Amino acid sequence: MATQAAELVFDEATKQYPDRPEPAVDRLSLTVPAGEICVLVGPSGGGKTTALKLVNRLIPLTSGDIRIDGRSINDQDVTELRRSIGYVIQQVGLFPHMTVEANIGTVPRLYGRSRQWIRERTAELLELVGLDPSYAKRYPAQLSGGQRQRVGLARALAANPPLMLMDEPYSAIDPIVRARLQDEFLRLQRELRKTVLFVTHDIDEAIKVGDRIAILREGGRLAQYDTPENILLKPADEFVAQFVGADRALKALSLRTLGQISLRPGTWLDGLPQIDASTNLRDALGFLLAGGSDRAIVVDDDGNPLGTVTPEDIVR
Amino acid sequence: MSVLADQFTAHTFVDAFRFIGDNASLMLSKTGQTCELAFAALGIALALALPLGLWLGHRHRGLFLALGVSTLGRALPIIVLIAFGLTVLGVGFWNNTAALVVLGIPPILTNAYFAVDGADRDAVEAARGMGLTERQVLLRIELPLGLPLIVAGVRISAVFVIASATIAAIAGGGGLGDIIVNQASYGLAGVIAGSLCVSAVALLTALALGLVHRAVSRSTTARA
Repeated sequence: MATQAAELVFDEATKQYPDRPEPAVDRLSLTVPAGEICVLVGPSGGGKTTALKLVNRLIPLTSGDIRIDGRSINDQDVTELRRSIGYVIQQVGLFPHMTVEANIGTVPRLYGRSRQWIRERTAELLELVGLDPSYAKRYPAQLSGGQRQRVGLARALAANPPLMLMDEPYSAIDPIVRARLQDEFLRLQRELRKTVLFVTHDIDEAIKVGDRIAILREGGRLAQYDTPENILLKPADEFVAQFVGADRALKALSLRTLGQISLRPGTWLDGLPQIDASTNLRDALGFLLAGGSDRAIVVDDDGNPLGTVTPEDIVR
Repeated sequence: MSVLADQFTAHTFVDAFRFIGDNASLMLSKTGQTCELAFAALGIALALALPLGLWLGHRHRGLFLALGVSTLGRALPIIVLIAFGLTVLGVGFWNNTAALVVLGIPPILTNAYFAVDGADRDAVEAARGMGLTERQVLLRIELPLGLPLIVAGVRISAVFVIASATIAAIAGGGGLGDIIVNQASYGLAGVIAGSLCVSAVALLTALALGLVHRAVSRSTTARA
């Protein structure tokens, strides 16, 4: 199942439309190490989606270069290039006249895979994205929005590409299902280790999903490219600070869990609320404030107490 | 008109069916000629309009052409086309075929254009992004998705061409029109009989293409 992930390099990549004064993407240079998720985020007009579509040449570069594992995208046959990149879009774009299996089998079929191979691969992928293999024979119209997005992800993974492009994949999905899809995607990524370029306009999603975040500002200029932690705690300039929000210190809490901070002993205390060690600090703080208690017992997966925590421990 | 009104009674239909029975071989050969003319024209119209409409729709270009042709087609009386053709192609099969082709193209072209132009944009973008070639995008995604609309266009065109094929008689095209425009020889019963035969051909064709339309709609549109 594991393939080698590819390193993705933007090298002064520029897109200038002839009828516009400003470039859509302006000399963008960044490197996404193999196996990492890079999130492109920024206000509309920042050129996030344009930058993503430059990679699979749905939009041609004006100048500069983009390399996948050292190989320029312009040196490759465009259909070959696209078949080697997984592509997931916001509206999913499943083919309504084809079954789930035929949708998932699209690229393998182009590679000449047998029907048997596609059937087995479909079952495997459906399971991977959390759908029962019986969905293979259904049509897209018979699926919910979340299920369609799962099939879209399965379809993009079908030929086991080393690089995935995901263009606002969860933006059209309601918050509860979105959170679940994000969690599943991260779990999947721990297993698959693809290189992923992920576009969103939602900074919270970027913080949750990204190993690295690239913030683009109007005119397609890179404002900062860094880890979520550094983006939140050391914004490069006023624009980044404003974009990530005044609550950025609070958001930074979501990067760590209770299990990752030092707890106070005191597990013998009775009558205190319990909280899971896998809860992130932001949610834990919310839990303590909402509960009206200044202390809670932290428990592990099996319910064994590990220690206690107070709001001061969290914000320290 | 007054002659027609005077003589037209319920009996006329009985006479018309009797006329068909009495002149079965004549009616059959005339119907055959009309069909030959109409289906030849339809075939040529399809061969010209379908690829053009699909290609323009795929490129999302030539809206002006697709719409212009259809408006022009509706505005042009076939009689003018035949009269024009007389000066170029003379009397006979080809003049009439050419006129009917011109008449048959618009619905096919317009529908093919809009069928492909309007195919689910997200599906098309996904297909292109996944590495389908332009030809594969057209043949595997846009064409199947647009098929119901395309067949509907062919159906409109077919009925239009068959009905108009009778007018060919005035330019030596033969067929059922020979009977319909010649009340002096065949009587009112003959005229009605000829009309009934054309109607039957048009209806059967529409019915057949209607079934095709239903079949492709079922296989290509979203199911719930």
